[in-house]
Amino acid sequence: MHIPTMAEMAAAGESPEILFWVGCAGSFDQRAQKITKAFAAILTRVGIKFAILGKEESCNGDPARRAGNEFLFQMMAYNNIQILNGYGIKKMVTACPHCFNIFKNEYPALGGNYEVIHHAVFLQQLIDDGKIKMKEEGVFKGKKITYHDSCYLGRANHIYEAPRKVLQALDAALVEMKRCGSNGLCCGAGGAQMFKEDEPGNERINIERTDEALSLHPDIVAAACPFCNTMLTDGVKNREKENEVQVLDIAELIERDMA
Amino acid sequence: MLYIPQVLFILLALASILFFSSNARKIRQNILAGRDEPIHNEKGKRWRNVLLLAFGQKKMFKNPLVAVMHFVVYAGFVIINIEVLEIALDGVLGTHRLFFKPLGNVYLWLINSFEFLAVGVLIFCAIFLLRRNVIKVKRLWSKDLDGWPRSDANYILITEIILMSLFLTMNASDTILQSRGVGHYGEAVTGNFLFSSFLHPLLDGMSNSSLIFTERFCWWLHIFGIFAFLNYLPYSKHLHILLAFPNAWYARLDPQGKMNNMPEIQQEVLYAMQPELIPAENTEEGHKKFGAKDTMDLSWKNLLDAYSCTECGRCTAACPANLTGKLLSPRMIMMKTRDRAEIVGKNIRTNKTFIDDGKSLLHDFITPEELRACTSCNACVEACPVSINPLDIIFQLRRYLIMEESNAPAEWNNMFSSIENNFSPWKLPPDERDKWALEMDT
Repeated sequence: MHIPTMAEMAAAGESPEILFWVGCAGSFDQRAQKITKAFAAILTRVGIKFAILGKEESCNGDPARRAGNEFLFQMMAYNNIQILNGYGIKKMVTACPHCFNIFKNEYPALGGNYEVIHHAVFLQQLIDDGKIKMKEEGVFKGKKITYHDSCYLGRANHIYEAPRKVLQALDAALVEMKRCGSNGLCCGAGGAQMFKEDEPGNERINIERTDEALSLHPDIVAAACPFCNTMLTDGVKNREKENEVQVLDIAELIERDMA
Repeated sequence: MLYIPQVLFILLALASILFFSSNARKIRQNILAGRDEPIHNEKGKRWRNVLLLAFGQKKMFKNPLVAVMHFVVYAGFVIINIEVLEIALDGVLGTHRLFFKPLGNVYLWLINSFEFLAVGVLIFCAIFLLRRNVIKVKRLWSKDLDGWPRSDANYILITEIILMSLFLTMNASDTILQSRGVGHYGEAVTGNFLFSSFLHPLLDGMSNSSLIFTERFCWWLHIFGIFAFLNYLPYSKHLHILLAFPNAWYARLDPQGKMNNMPEIQQEVLYAMQPELIPAENTEEGHKKFGAKDTMDLSWKNLLDAYSCTECGRCTAACPANLTGKLLSPRMIMMKTRDRAEIVGKNIRTNKTFIDDGKSLLHDFITPEELRACTSCNACVEACPVSINPLDIIFQLRRYLIMEESNAPAEWNNMFSSIENNFSPWKLPPDERDKWALEMDT
C-alpha cells in the first residue's frame, strides 16, 4: 500500500481530495503510528484520494502555544501555512484533536483557512454514506467498550456524537463512564502536560481517569486522540490490566472490523 | 412628630442608594482598569445567553435538585422584592398596605404567593446552610474558602432566612391586629394569609401595643435588612446576583478550544521571517508586555469574571489537576484575581495612577506551580454557571512566564527546542516523520 506525499502528487500534476495531516504523535510515537496506519489503510480501502505532507509536515505549535510560547507557535504556524497554501490545500483530515482544534480555530487568524475534519467525523460520514461496511460477524460483537472523550474534541469543539456513532457500527456494547460528554475528565496530557512531569499532587490524572474506565470492567477503552491513548495505555499498564483491557483508537477498531 | 418615620425612611433609603452607587462605581473602575477588549458582536447570541444562562440558570441544571432550590431562592428573592415597592411607598407616604385597596383580590393572591416563596426561600436557605456546614459538600467545605469567604457565604444565607422570617412575622402580627380592629390595621382588612397565619398561636397572647411594636419592628428591620443587603453586595461574593447578567452577555462566543491570538507577536514573527518587510524608519514604540503579569494586563472581561464569581467551586470540583491533589484551583484563580483587582483599584484611586506596590498577580497571588498544573481541558469553563473563563487568565499568565521571564520547567525548554530544531516536540530525526508510510509500502 503506497501512501503518496503532496510532493509526489504535485510532481505528477495531480491533487488529492483531502490532505491527511498526521501530526507529531501519529508520525513519531510508536503506539500512535498504529493509529495512523489504521486510518491510512481505511482511506486507501475506501478509495479516497489522499496525500500526506511527509517530511514537509511540522509541529503545528500547539504544545508551545499552550505552554505560553506564542512566539514559537507563530513561527511554526507561519511555516506550515506557507507549505499548505503553497500546495493549495483546501481540506484536511487529522486523527489528532489538538491538530484539529488548532487548524480549525486558531490558524485562520494567521491566514491559514482550511476545512478541517477530525477523523471521528470523517469516519462517521464514511459509515453513514455506506462507504465503510462492517463484517457480518464483527470481531467486537458482545464486547464491552467505553469511550473516553478527548477535551479538544468534546468541550473544545462540541464533537461528542460522532465518535460514539462510529463505535455503534461495531455491534459492541457501549457503556458510558459517569464523567462523559461535556463532563468528561481529561486524560492529563493537554496544555503541554504531555511533555513534562506532573506538578506535585497525590495522583496522576491518567490514573484517576483509567480507574474510572476500569471500574466499568470494559474489554476496550476507546479513544479518538493519540495523547489520550498514550495516557490511558500507561494507566492500564500501571494497574496491570493490559491483558484484560485494550486501549484502542476508533480508527483501529473500525479497520479491524471492516468487511 | 407624625412625619418622623417618613423622614427617617427617606434618609435611610437615600443614604443606602448613594452608598451603594459609590461602591458600584468603584467596582466599575476596578474592572475597567483591565486592558481594553472590544466585545459587541453577534448581539442575538448574546441576548440568548442572557436569557438561558443568567435568567434561566441553564448550567445549574446539570444538578437538577440543587438547581431547583437555587432557582426558588433566586426567583423568590427577586419576586418578593416587588413587595419592597409597596414597603418603600408606604414608608415615603406614611400609608399602610397602599396597594390593597386598588388591587383587591389580586393583592391577596400576590401576598399569598410571596408568602409561599418566602417559605421556600427560608427552607432552601436552611438546606444550603446544612450543605455547607453540616453535610460539608466537598466544594463548599474546601480550604479554598477558609476565612472570610466561608463566613461571607453563611452571612448571606442567614440574612436571607432572617429577612423572610421578618416578612412572615410582620404579616402575622398585622393580620391579628386587623382582626382586633386596631387603628389603621383595622382599615385594611386583608384577612389571614396562607403561611403567616401559622405564626398566630405564637403571637395571639400579645397585647395590641406589643403587636404593633412587633409589626413595626419587623417592617423596619425588613426594609433596613434589604438596604443592608444591597450595600453588603459590593463587599461580597454575592455580587453574582447582579453581575451574572452582564457576564452572560459578554461571554465568549468562540469555541472553547480557541485560544486568543496575539497580533503583536504576529508582527514580530513576520519581521523575523521576512526581514525585508521591516519598515526602514524606526517606528518602534518601545517594548510591549507579552502576556499578563498583573490585573491591568488582563482584559476587563477577565476582571468582570472575577467580580461575577460566587465561589461555588463547580470549576474546581471538575478540574482534573485539583481532583488529583495539585495546587491549582480555578476558583482560587478567580478569587485571587479579584483580590488583586481590588488592591490595584484602591491604589489607582489613592494615587490618581497606579504606583508600583512591589506586588503582582503573578507570583504574589498566583504561583507558577498552579499555572503549570493546568491541562487546558476547559472543564472549569464548561462548569461555570455564570460564564467565567479561568483558563483565559491562566493562559495569559503562562505567556508572561515563558515570554517575559523565560520561566519554564526544563522539560518544556527541551520541548521548545525540539519543536524549533526537529519540528516535533520530541528529539527525533525529522527525516523519520514518514517512516510509518514507508513501512506500509511493503
